Amino acid sequence: MSLPPDHAGFEAAFHAGLWTREAPRGLDPQRFSAYRNTVQHGLVRALAARFPVVERLVGAPFFAAMGRVFAATHPPASAVLLDWGQDFAAFLARFPPVAGLPYLPDVARLEWLRGLACHAADAPMIDPAALTRADPARLVLGLAPSVQAFASPFPALAIWQANQPGATPAPLPGGPQHALIARDPGLAVVVEPLAPAQHATLTALLQGRPLASAATSDPTPVLALLIRHRLIATVGELP
Amino acid sequence: MIRSCLPARAGLGFKPQHYQDALDAPGALGFFEVHAENYMGAGGAPHAMLERLHRDHALSVHGVGLSIGGAGPLDPDHLARLETLLERHQPESFSEHLAWSSHGAAWLNDLLPLPYTDETLATVCAHVDQVQDRLGRRLLLENPATYVTFATSTWPEVEFLRAIARRTGCGLLLDVNNVFVSATNHGFDPLAYLEGFPLEAVGEIHLAGHEVDAQPGPPLLIDSHARPVADPVWDLFARVLARTGPLPTLIEWDNDVPDFATLRAEAARAETLLHEVRHVAAA
Amino acid sequence: MTKTTPILAASIAAALAMGAATTATAQEMERCYGVSLAGQNDCAAGPGTSCAGSSVLDFQGNAWKMVPAGTCATMELPADGMGHARMGVTQAMLDAGSYGPGVNRDLPAGLDPAVAATYMPVMM
Repeated sequence: MSLPPDHAGFEAAFHAGLWTREAPRGLDPQRFSAYRNTVQHGLVRALAARFPVVERLVGAPFFAAMGRVFAATHPPASAVLLDWGQDFAAFLARFPPVAGLPYLPDVARLEWLRGLACHAADAPMIDPAALTRADPARLVLGLAPSVQAFASPFPALAIWQANQPGATPAPLPGGPQHALIARDPGLAVVVEPLAPAQHATLTALLQGRPLASAATSDPTPVLALLIRHRLIATVGELP
Repeated sequence: MIRSCLPARAGLGFKPQHYQDALDAPGALGFFEVHAENYMGAGGAPHAMLERLHRDHALSVHGVGLSIGGAGPLDPDHLARLETLLERHQPESFSEHLAWSSHGAAWLNDLLPLPYTDETLATVCAHVDQVQDRLGRRLLLENPATYVTFATSTWPEVEFLRAIARRTGCGLLLDVNNVFVSATNHGFDPLAYLEGFPLEAVGEIHLAGHEVDAQPGPPLLIDSHARPVADPVWDLFARVLARTGPLPTLIEWDNDVPDFATLRAEAARAETLLHEVRHVAAA
Repeated sequence: MTKTTPILAASIAAALAMGAATTATAQEMERCYGVSLAGQNDCAAGPGTSCAGSSVLDFQGNAWKMVPAGTCATMELPADGMGHARMGVTQAMLDAGSYGPGVNRDLPAGLDPAVAATYMPVMM
């Protein structure tokens, strides 16, 4: 017995063997397992590179086993692996073996947003002085494509920080936690804690709402962060 | 010999952790090579680094995601991404693999082998034609390292590659370590393989380290890119150069990446061999 | 002008002062690739050429039978009103089936059983 002679049949049979224990007919099982292992190992390592804190939280052996389930059920849709993993947080939320870690999906989402910020499109940055030249009541800010608003009912940000290399152990606060995630002019990804009201303002600004309506509370802290990290791409005025 | 725009010198795979080292050593290397798919984000550090690096060094973009050896059609979105990337960075060379890496909607993150038949030859040639037409440039296609062969194959690999190059006008990327790995795994003579290889189409050479699989049974080498280039591979490289003259030569080290000095020492060893054949050619 | 205008103007002025007070330092691009950073590495685009495995299946572990055993096991969180004083999970909790409300441990909830069937043999 051997593999189907036609190209499509061959590919389907070979592919099927990558996700089962059975090597395709006609192939040495040990040799074939080098491919199976490389596919699974490579995808799991790519996932771990994207979600290093999730891996640290659950431990590498568990992550590897869990990552294989994710890779089998949510394989990358393209060869661009930096686009892979958007569904990981939702997967974790319904993966029974991590049900005891309810904060885990939010930690994954934080890591995903950091990746989005890292690879977001470049944008020109305005001179902050332009802010003073517009009518504040009609001011509309266009934010850099890297800006993300993060919110969690858990202390996900503190958990993430506590699992950074070199972090010193500290008591974790209770939730909820909010943050601004973006890429600064030095191209580093920054994670800035926000108060809940500041998160609401940032979310409204990201939706394109004018500052006057986005600022349901004092917008100064959010504006200061946006100015400090040069995250304002356009300054407009409502007609 | 195919004129690649890459200089006929030793190059290294670019690793972001070596960014500053690379900037500090302009001219020390002939070129840097990157995996195309790592630079398909919209913006940020990857593109900024690549742009800066390209000011001092020639650039080779090496794709791993086109699945040229796949049975189905090429992914038009991926072709478009490649076009955007090559437009943006204008690399001196673009190369891909004789392999497949996706099935249906799933991308598999590995270079998988294909049987060499009239049917697969026609498919691969059509894919190479499509890529070259779309990108408006010549592609170098790399010979694979394989762990299995297929009873359904009717073409020897070198003849298959020769036919692709002849029919499509593409160039070839000769990975000497892949030749050694496949030769060991399948029990053929790497010198005989290289004897038959269409060296006139080769525009670049790859050298890398491999692992010996620990399982009992006939020897199995794994193309791991995690070690120095093995001595027998250096020997094969020297024999190839004696026939081709100097060619752009990449040291690939993608796993357990050492410090920049170690990589440069590997590149220097390749550079020495390149220099020797340059000297012989000039004499 | 609305009555909020002076407040917003003051806010903008204050933000400009605060934003300028901390000069944005040009940080090294490599930071975008630090161990802690999501994004990419060459594992992420090196099929066959990186992350190569071996012929030995090195993933014998089955997530359905394992316990998360990283830093989560020792991390102490304050009681948060959700009944999670310690957010880890132990084998005893798994054995008791008490690691989460209403979760069937044996079935991959939300996963297509047909799909699950294709990978379960490898995982066992």
